[in-house]
Amino acid sequence: MTDQAYNFAYLDEQTKRMIRRAILKGVAVPGYQVPFASREMPMPYGWGTGGVQVTAACLVPEDRLKVIDQGADDTTNAVSIRKFFQRTAGVAVTEATTAASIIQTRHRIPETPLHEGQILVYQVPIPEPLRFLEPRETETRKMHELEEYGLMHVKLYEDIARHGTIATSYAYPVKVEGRYVMDPSPIPKFDNPKLSDSPALQLFGAGREQRIYALPPYTQVVSLDFDDHPFDPSKAAHDCDLCGAAASYLDEVIIDDQGGRMFVCSDTDFCRGRREAGHVGALGVPLAEGGM
Amino acid sequence: MNSDALLGGFADTPVQSARAFRAALDALSRPGTIRVVEGATPPAPLSTAAGVLVLTLCDGTTPVHLAGAHDCPALRQWITFHTSAPLVDAAQATFAIGGWDALQPVARFASGTPDYPDRSATLIIEMPGLAAAGMRLSGPGIQSKARLSLPDVTAFKANRARFPLGFDCFLTAGSQLAGLPRASRVEDI
Ligand SMILES: [Zn+2]
Repeated sequence: MTDQAYNFAYLDEQTKRMIRRAILKGVAVPGYQVPFASREMPMPYGWGTGGVQVTAACLVPEDRLKVIDQGADDTTNAVSIRKFFQRTAGVAVTEATTAASIIQTRHRIPETPLHEGQILVYQVPIPEPLRFLEPRETETRKMHELEEYGLMHVKLYEDIARHGTIATSYAYPVKVEGRYVMDPSPIPKFDNPKLSDSPALQLFGAGREQRIYALPPYTQVVSLDFDDHPFDPSKAAHDCDLCGAAASYLDEVIIDDQGGRMFVCSDTDFCRGRREAGHVGALGVPLAEGGM
Repeated sequence: MNSDALLGGFADTPVQSARAFRAALDALSRPGTIRVVEGATPPAPLSTAAGVLVLTLCDGTTPVHLAGAHDCPALRQWITFHTSAPLVDAAQATFAIGGWDALQPVARFASGTPDYPDRSATLIIEMPGLAAAGMRLSGPGIQSKARLSLPDVTAFKANRARFPLGFDCFLTAGSQLAGLPRASRVEDI
């Protein structure tokens, strides 16, 4: 039920129009950061106010919304954003990736492949991939204009010189359609291949930094690399201890005070789906028996 | 002001504009897709779809240019009443509305600046009809190829050649709309 004290999806119409225009320009120039006038939201900046504003501008009453935080539907952050939109937009919610029409995410791309018609909205803390190389906005804007991305390659190559490998494992920079270098938000680089050629529309919202950018469906996204050091999405050399998945992104979880630990899928919906289908990991028990 | 100008807007703006935006977003994200929208009954010659786009995207911060037959008193009044958008010359327009011939030459519309390519015009091109046939499209939003009944090919090729500068387009006919972002490659084959 919609709380009538708020406008539909909380934001006023003028604000939604402004955000919607920014989203459309982002779609038209994939990977380019469109400035927008971010509004105060009833939650702190670290809680994804950019993503929340993009979601609010996109929602229709018929939507089914999923919200994940590091892959999980049940964190405080994910739960409060989901409740916020249930209350202000009256939308249905779900934890099932396949059933969602809009998925707002912090730091993960779902393991389950997305489909056409879905929108994935990322919460972005720092949208500018060149920021740690150049603090001045006027300069980074110039660098994007002139496609001056050499410094970014130098930084990655210094990693190789120092560590023998590229150390960046989150927010690994990508190039979009051969033009703009883009920060994919702090997803693990394991997720980077899923950015490219996705059937879903991907929208990125940075609240504090007031930027929106987009990847239309089937957009080519390439992780920066070198001929002699090709991009390696890398993953932990484990299977999920609950569902046995060999190719999902894993979180390491401490399970007792003797230092015992296990590896579990970070995507809780994916892991549950596999367990419900009968898959059992090394430390798991069949779901029907009510075990973990 | 003609009292007709007061009519033809959304009955439930928050929900109708949300649905209209989603259709527009889908159309621009997947060039070649034709969507049907509803809820606006603007005065002639503006189509329903173009009226829906105007009500959804335009306001006092978005100067609008009306080209050719669309630059008529009834439409000027309707847009002013429902959106407060200032009506301006082509070069100042955030949105430009008209038939393809009336919008010529399209090179006069804002194509953004090299550091802010988003500061560009969006053309709402009124068409006699729309079909997923004709010019071949490729680029972002298109899995392999798509087709759309575009009114021209040379102008859209020239627009693509300036990427990331360029204008973006919605094409409208009756209650149908399609999108053509500047990133699309258009071929007459
Ligand atoms: Zn698992």
